[in-house]
Amino acid sequence: MEGNIVEMGKLIGAGLASVGMGTAAIGVGIIIGNFLSGALRNPSAAPGQIGMLFIGIAFAEAFGIFSFLVALLLMFAF
Amino acid sequence: MATETADGTEETGLVFHPLDQFIVKPLFGDGPVHWYTITNVTLWMALAVLAIVAVFVIGTRRRAIVPSRIQSFTEVIYGFTYKMIEDIAGKEATKFFPYIFSLFMFILFANYLGLIPMSFATTSHMAVTAVMAMAVFITVTIVGFVKNGVGFFGLFWVSSAPLALRPFLALIELISYFVRPVSHSIRLGGNIMAGHAVIKVFAAFAAIWVISPVAIAGIAAMYAFEMLVAAVQAYVFTILTVVYLKDALHPQH
Repeated sequence: MEGNIVEMGKLIGAGLASVGMGTAAIGVGIIIGNFLSGALRNPSAAPGQIGMLFIGIAFAEAFGIFSFLVALLLMFAF
Repeated sequence: MATETADGTEETGLVFHPLDQFIVKPLFGDGPVHWYTITNVTLWMALAVLAIVAVFVIGTRRRAIVPSRIQSFTEVIYGFTYKMIEDIAGKEATKFFPYIFSLFMFILFANYLGLIPMSFATTSHMAVTAVMAMAVFITVTIVGFVKNGVGFFGLFWVSSAPLALRPFLALIELISYFVRPVSHSIRLGGNIMAGHAVIKVFAAFAAIWVISPVAIAGIAAMYAFEMLVAAVQAYVFTILTVVYLKDALHPQH
């Protein structure tokens, strides 16, 4: 077994950073699930809140994208 | 993108790098890239602008009572954006309709042009999205100070919180205000870049004959998903711009 230990650290770090994307997926799932449970209780109020739904998804997703960015930085920028 | 799976069928492993598609190349010759060099980014951004102008000129030329397909597209997307601004930020924000509508159209068309095989996704570059996000940030800050004067600092001073907590909250609000352009630009660029890179990874796996049917099905599925993401990300960028504008026009909590 040979190789560069810095290279190994980079790859492990990138792999760990991509765990963050999975947690962002959990967050998006929670948002949509709660939206649906609210929307099914009061369907007439639901269409007005679609914009809020997308804002919530966007905020939750941004941090997943940040971790993706960290993974890319570790793999290619260092 | 998907068309490149045809070559290199007998090789194994990744036959090309998934991020090679984002390399900025000069269009004429191959010298260094300066700020004035015409690159493939310039070409595809210009094509997006031309496509927008063509769609809207053709769509609004007739102004028929019974609209054609392209005219109803322009009408629907105009009304949709106008209603979004009016609902979220109020009547006085519709002054900014031309700016927000141009942003929305540019991102939408650039996203969809980037999905054409062999084309270049301009919005996948942070440099492109960061310029748009910084423009929104600077515009919103200037509008906030012009409209409200010192009252714009009310955005950071949460008057409904207990007094002891307010300086701490003000610090958090201040940080979140200055992180806005970063998250605003990375959300769009990262989403588009991630989607295109995933399609490329599937395309590279299609060179291995055992899993090539699965990989090609994966390309089709990711492509369909990217069609959705392209529209949703353009919508999200626009709606966040409107929300920031609302904060600038009504900074009270």
